[in-house]
Amino acid sequence: MCTVCGCGDAKLEGHDHGHSHAHTHTHDHGHDHGHHHHDMHFGTGPAGVEVPGMSQERLIEIETGIMAKNDRYADANRAVLAGLGAFAVNLVSSPGSGKTTLLCKTIEALGDQPLAVIEGDQQTTNDADRIRATGAPAIQVNTGKGCHLDGHMVGHAMEHLKLAQNSFLFIENVGNLVCPAGFDLGEDCKVAILSVTEGEDKPLKYPDMFTASRLALLNKVDLAPYCDVDLDLYEANLRRVNPGIEVIRVSARTGEGMDSWLNWLTGSLTRKTARTAAE
Amino acid sequence: MHEMSLCEGIRTVIEDQARSHDIKAVRRVRVEIGRFSGVEKSALEFAFDVVMRGSVAQGATLEMIDMPGRAMCYDCMHEVEIDDRLAPCPDCGGGKLMPVAGDELRIKDLEVI
Ligand SMILES: Nc1nc2c(ncn2[C@@H]2O[C@H](COP(=O)(O)OP(=O)(O)OP(=O)(O)O)[C@@H](O)[C@H]2O)c(=O)[nH]1
Ligand SMILES: [Mg+2]
Ligand SMILES: [Zn+2]
Repeated sequence: MCTVCGCGDAKLEGHDHGHSHAHTHTHDHGHDHGHHHHDMHFGTGPAGVEVPGMSQERLIEIETGIMAKNDRYADANRAVLAGLGAFAVNLVSSPGSGKTTLLCKTIEALGDQPLAVIEGDQQTTNDADRIRATGAPAIQVNTGKGCHLDGHMVGHAMEHLKLAQNSFLFIENVGNLVCPAGFDLGEDCKVAILSVTEGEDKPLKYPDMFTASRLALLNKVDLAPYCDVDLDLYEANLRRVNPGIEVIRVSARTGEGMDSWLNWLTGSLTRKTARTAAE
Repeated sequence: MHEMSLCEGIRTVIEDQARSHDIKAVRRVRVEIGRFSGVEKSALEFAFDVVMRGSVAQGATLEMIDMPGRAMCYDCMHEVEIDDRLAPCPDCGGGKLMPVAGDELRIKDLEVI
């Protein structure tokens, strides 16, 4: 367990949890964190009198998000990314929708564009191994029983990756259509991947993930002719839970739609880099 | 969902408070839970009891305050209240609604001694 920040059981690959090495990551669990109003209100006891020797009940106003701790880590990550002009995508989907396959193809297509990958899975380093086989730097985070990556895990992983200026950071979240929606990692946006074999009703059954995403990649369209699916219905259901969502139909297998996806990525990075330069 | 980690978040906030104020015990914790927060209230209640064990909030009551769900209708451009994520717009019957409130997960206050 991390003695600096008391982190739980997520493991960074090749990273012993004794944290014997120097730590540059700042862990702000001080007292300056986002409690803007911890005014104390005494005197809810009977008639507001203190009875000697008896403790008095009082109310402490907190008004703080339950996720405040995660959000602090996420904000720190976001600040690092902004400083670098790097664009971070949090890839979310159910298991097996094709996140890693799509990432490998994306990395190949991006050529010598600097980028790095954080892989989140409960167990195994399979996905990070697959990414490294493309030549890209990758780090695996194993969440153990955890069903999502959080801001703190990603902060540690970013430290180890030494991101380049104006680069992409791809974060492949744990395959899960529910929990990752609730955890800000400091990314620029979430991109949901939905494969055509999953069924048109998935956005309706798991709306939060698709509402939280800026873009949905409808993957495995090469399989559409074999599975009796209605691609327009997929899109309609995505827009029903998120009227603003962008949708791109792709196949990581045949390469269909990859140009649109790559344009979306490079356009996003250009805007991010320009924003950093302007500041 | 991840009710356990939510309760760990609550415990962290309480322990921070206990360090900066003189708190002997927490009697009640009030949290605001948005309609669309995805929180399973009975699971949260169960996890709360488990996670608070051994802390100043052991045995505290968890009081959950429901916060309504609100959405912007992309058809009539009204902000409306809806109970269900997939409900149509109560004003125009449209089906393109973007949630704007109801994802709250907030600790409101602590009753302490
Ligand atoms: N036909 C077809 N198969 C695909 C496509 N994309 C991915 N697959 C296959 O889908 C399976 C799962 O792909 P992965 O890339 O491992 O999926 P993932 O989302 O990374 O899975 P987890 O990380 O385990 O959640 C593999 O057998 C891929 O070859 C596609 O566009 N078309
Ligand atoms: Mg994968
Ligand atoms: Zn309407």
